[in-house]
Amino acid sequence: MYLYDDIDQAMLDDRTAEFRAQCARRLAGEINEDQFKPVRLMNGLYLQLHAYMLRIAIPYGTLDSAKLRKLAHVARTYDRGYGHFTTRTNLQLHWIKLRDAPDILDELATVGLHAIQTSGNCIRNLTADPHAGATADEADDPRIWAEAIRQWSTFHPEFSFLPRKFKIAVTGAPVDRAAIRIYDIGLRLSRDATGALAFEVRVGGGLGRTPYLGPVIRQGLPARHLLSYLQAILRVYNRHGRRDNLWKARIKVLVASLGAEEFARQVEEEWDRTDKASVDLPDTELARIRGLFRPRGFETLPARSAAFEAARASDAAFARFARRNVLSHKVSGYALVNISLKAPGETPGDASSEQMDVVADLAERYSLDEVRVTYEQNLLLPHVKLDDVPAVWAELARVGLATANTGLVSDIIACPGLDYCALANARAIPIAQAIARRFAEPETAERVGELKIKISGCINACGHHHVGHIGILGVDKKGEEFYQLSLGGSGEDDASLGQILGPALPAERVAPAVDQMVEVYLAQRREGERFIDTFRRTGVEPFKEAVYAEAD
Amino acid sequence: MPKLIRWRDGQAIAADDGFTLLADDEAAPSGDVIVSFARFHAEGERLAGEGRAVGVRVAAGEAIESLAYDLPEIAVVALEFPKFKDGRAYSAARLLRERYGYAGEVRAVGDVLLEQAPFMIRCGFDAFEPADGTGPDEWAAAAGRYRHVYQRAADGREPAFALRLAAEAPS
Repeated sequence: MYLYDDIDQAMLDDRTAEFRAQCARRLAGEINEDQFKPVRLMNGLYLQLHAYMLRIAIPYGTLDSAKLRKLAHVARTYDRGYGHFTTRTNLQLHWIKLRDAPDILDELATVGLHAIQTSGNCIRNLTADPHAGATADEADDPRIWAEAIRQWSTFHPEFSFLPRKFKIAVTGAPVDRAAIRIYDIGLRLSRDATGALAFEVRVGGGLGRTPYLGPVIRQGLPARHLLSYLQAILRVYNRHGRRDNLWKARIKVLVASLGAEEFARQVEEEWDRTDKASVDLPDTELARIRGLFRPRGFETLPARSAAFEAARASDAAFARFARRNVLSHKVSGYALVNISLKAPGETPGDASSEQMDVVADLAERYSLDEVRVTYEQNLLLPHVKLDDVPAVWAELARVGLATANTGLVSDIIACPGLDYCALANARAIPIAQAIARRFAEPETAERVGELKIKISGCINACGHHHVGHIGILGVDKKGEEFYQLSLGGSGEDDASLGQILGPALPAERVAPAVDQMVEVYLAQRREGERFIDTFRRTGVEPFKEAVYAEAD
Repeated sequence: MPKLIRWRDGQAIAADDGFTLLADDEAAPSGDVIVSFARFHAEGERLAGEGRAVGVRVAAGEAIESLAYDLPEIAVVALEFPKFKDGRAYSAARLLRERYGYAGEVRAVGDVLLEQAPFMIRCGFDAFEPADGTGPDEWAAAAGRYRHVYQRAADGREPAFALRLAAEAPS
């Protein structure tokens, strides 16, 4: 994976020194909260309901053991011994003291971690396919390009005061595991007929109040021109995006109002006039970055592992884990191992410092020192030998991390909601916990099959509710928490936006309603149909009837 | 006279502003003036013809392109920040410097704050009217906080990738 050189490190050290001085001025009362706010936001420090929250960037969701151990250490030393992994593959610490913030950033900087551009109206931390570098179906490792974008976008002089925040996701595979359609820019790499790498560029996806799936504005963009093309997109947006209304300031509104075709024309016109060579990285620099991502240390192994098969045959719990959480790898004899942060009854996306340390140890010992964070708020060991999976599973089980529920009804995405967030209308975590408890029995969850539930505590949609097979949105009704359910959303290749089920429900009715809808699905499903497939065939009526029948 | 900071050869210098900002309905005095975008289009040529230097004050959102052919005659382009969060003027400054090769003064006016100094200098601004009472020493310090940059802009600094390339090159 990418390692910081002296220049990268100097950038980080200069940043932490600057922030320390700014915090000192605030603590001494030389500047007030109003003046300090934009400064702290540039460093990922939010003032929330109960305390400061620090959002730490995990660029393209990739960590090594040293980084993950440092996160564990920071959570233990300066917070309450746990952290929250988000749908943007960041880590949030929710109980931070302002006076500790400079020390935390100094500690993080020693391992190349930071909170730069995790908030504010700038180009935010990048996300990428969590299977990058391990999946057979990709044209190229998307993290090479994500790292190029990270550098280009860091402290960008022109694009640090955009109309609104700006998020970019990159994948190199035909299967979308990075939700590129709901991003401001979604990039997909492929190889053209001559073998050259090219990008398909989507612009203007996003959730929130007005959800859109991003349309393609460019096919076949030569990969080496990525940065100059991004500059053109961002320049059109910076100049012409709306700044009069916070709710209409995202690029999706500009793209929708101009139409994708006209927006694309304006980008191409700007790009034609751009001195591309001054923006695009030289091939040598791309090659340098590429070299750092090249995985090292794969052994030559047979495709079948006797140890893995024996464990599968002898232990039903391991067999379930192998079915749900172990995925095939591009290298023979290796696997990707998904680590669920969704044990029923726990807070989705939370990990304790002890758990982070265990995962770091496993990564170092068994996964070529790599860990990934997924937008579905789980962790992943990308390079585990099949032979080692039983040992990894046993160790995960010891610390409550072996829940075999990837993609199942209890693998719920949820934002922090009203338990933490100043923007929320309603709590998300207890709803997720209540649903997961109903499906805690692994046989039940597996019988239901793939079912993606996504919960947001407000319309900002951090929990991606628009693209949940079942989406749940917290709303405030005269001071009480209610929940609007929607059905049929998807954030992946079959992307679609959910359809509202009916009137919002009180908190205690949400988990039973999910249960009722699952019953409808189980009764109506045809061979091979997932929940969403059945919904797409039957429409909303039978589900609506089941949920609202008794209220009539 | 309003307080002005000029950025010259890596130094921040306190300067007197020799220009008078004219309202659209105000008669031009003798001496150098800055007028609105609309007024410049209407009577810029006449004002300059009277032997004075003329500057243009450009609101965020006004198309900088329409000044392209007049730039050699314009002494100052004053780009407005209606709020510090409004970043349109950064694009305008880069276009002036990098696309149109403008060599005159590019001045930041409006909600101009110290924390923006590094961004503004990188985008080609070389004069500032700070709204927060900060002075040249603070601006010089803010501009020098970072030893490196990651991208080319209007200030001519060599980005990280170019330095890496130079370090690799055989001597």
